[in-house]
Amino acid sequence: MFLYIARRLVWTLLVVFFVLLITYVVFFKLPAGNPALRFAGHSPTQQELNEIEQRLGLNQPWYVQFGKYSFHFFTGDRYGWPGLGYTFASGASVKSLILARAPRTLLLIAGAAFLWLVVGVSIGVLSAVRRRSVVDRASMGFALFGISTPVFWLGLMMLYIFWRELGWAGGAGYVSPTESISGFFSHMILPWVTLALLYAAFYARMTRNSLLETLGEDYIRTARAKGLSERTVIFKHGLRASLTPIVTMFGMDIALLVGGAVITESVFNLQGLGYLAINSATNQDLPIVAGVVLLAAVAVAFMNLIVDILYAFIDPRVRYS
Amino acid sequence: MSDNRLLLDVRDLTVRFPTADGVVQAVSNVSFTLSRGETLGVVGESGSGKSVSNLAIMGLLNRARTQITGDVEFKGRNLLTLDPDDLRKIRGKEIAMVFQDPFACLHPMYRVGAQIAEAVTAHENVPKERAWGRAVELLDRVGIPNAPSRARDYPHQFSGGMRQRAMIAMALVHNPDILICDEPTTALDVTVQAQILELIEDVKREFDIGVILVTHDLGVVAETATSVMVMYAGRVMEYGPAAQVFAQPQHPYAWGLLDSMPTIEHRLDALVPIEGSPPSLLAPPAGCPFHPRCPYRFEPCPTELPPLTAPVPEAHLDACHLPWDKKVALGKERGNKAAAA
Repeated sequence: MFLYIARRLVWTLLVVFFVLLITYVVFFKLPAGNPALRFAGHSPTQQELNEIEQRLGLNQPWYVQFGKYSFHFFTGDRYGWPGLGYTFASGASVKSLILARAPRTLLLIAGAAFLWLVVGVSIGVLSAVRRRSVVDRASMGFALFGISTPVFWLGLMMLYIFWRELGWAGGAGYVSPTESISGFFSHMILPWVTLALLYAAFYARMTRNSLLETLGEDYIRTARAKGLSERTVIFKHGLRASLTPIVTMFGMDIALLVGGAVITESVFNLQGLGYLAINSATNQDLPIVAGVVLLAAVAVAFMNLIVDILYAFIDPRVRYS
Repeated sequence: MSDNRLLLDVRDLTVRFPTADGVVQAVSNVSFTLSRGETLGVVGESGSGKSVSNLAIMGLLNRARTQITGDVEFKGRNLLTLDPDDLRKIRGKEIAMVFQDPFACLHPMYRVGAQIAEAVTAHENVPKERAWGRAVELLDRVGIPNAPSRARDYPHQFSGGMRQRAMIAMALVHNPDILICDEPTTALDVTVQAQILELIEDVKREFDIGVILVTHDLGVVAETATSVMVMYAGRVMEYGPAAQVFAQPQHPYAWGLLDSMPTIEHRLDALVPIEGSPPSLLAPPAGCPFHPRCPYRFEPCPTELPPLTAPVPEAHLDACHLPWDKKVALGKERGNKAAAA
């Protein structure tokens, strides 16, 4: 088990390194236009441009820049570890900017993930057990609705109905839990539900299909032949074996949302990581974009590792192969 | 056979599955009995209804999607009309089942010992350690070497034969009255097959139970069964004591089965396959279900269903229109041919 985790850890580091390289090439090398122009004010002289290029390190060849970037990433820079550099716009530390925005996105994801996991899996189990019943058809109808509803439309509808018309929830904008706990929940509940709906629908379908497949297995018949109660058969024997695809998807979905909850963030004006990245991209403030992408990549690699470890705990066959 | 040895009395068991294409009648009017110390061999091709009838007895068919009629009397109670919860209390306790494919029948994510211990706690309120102890004890009983440590293994660490032993151990947890073995050796190597059959026989003698042995392998039945029921297209074709059925089979289908079975004496080129294939149970042929493939069919066969009766008092039951003297003559001819081959 230890060797397994160690091997996965080395692999993860390698993946992060390559993501870093690609991020670097894409964001420092490919975009057209000299970023220095954007930060040099109106009609700069060539000398001013050269000074800016020198200050931002843009006059060096790309591989030297990359070397410095990755060196700083692993060893840290004057803002500490990991070194992500400073923004072109203000010279502020990229890390501090990300740290300021990250809690909003992470709390959005955490709440939504909790909701969609509980709701999605419950609905999935219910419709698998009551297959072809009204409950099953209603839940699969809900799933179809959830999967086909665009997030921006759903978010706006939520705001219109539950904030503007009914006044049950807080509107757009972010309230920090350190400021006001009730304010935090009242403002987060709509984004949570909006983001969770799509995933809950997807998870309900996945749980239903996976569980139905498992319930057709011979070892489920064995469990029934032992005289176990239907509850034990379904939850202990059925759900356990159906869990593997759900765990895989859950890890990946959470990781992808670190950089990918942009639409929900902007509908509800949460100004999280996605917002930071989009804003900086339009400003050609490339270190911030690179920082967010890097964070998202690390999240994916890290969640992959967690999923693999969980796998080994769920399925003993993985441990020995 | 005195009556207090009687365990199971099945009468007119019929199982229908309504499907989108029509009703599939998988089992039709099957009747048999099982007593303590008896091994009933149920033989037939795939799809002859042998597994389905046992699943019906165990209550393992989805009642909402199957129509089951008839009587299955076990210790004075009709299992078919029993409340699902009462049936669950019998399942695994008084009637236990061993299935065909030991590779698929154990849960891949739980330890073998835990799965057996779970069978203990399903019917008995005992502490976990006691249940585990019982699991180890049974694994040892069915011949798993080093049982205390092997109980901690997962099924994929067991060989096929060991898994089937574990399944048998699981079935024996509550000293059941009836052990139903559904093709217990089909997925196993020949040498392992013999060991498993021997184990089942041992267990039967030791606990004085009744065994139903479902198989399509006549060799298996010949080795262990005390009575034999031959099934075809969901119906009983022939039913009687094993010695009689093997010495003097009465039904052309049974002849076909025996002639298509390779043995040391029967070389492969001397085998006679049964022409054609089993009928669709969606639209079974009228009359005798075997008549389209039967080389001896005559007028009544395509229209009249032959009843399961003993043609003469000294014979066992069969469902065939052929007159008794014809059966005897054809049977003899068959025997001579076999001796010549």
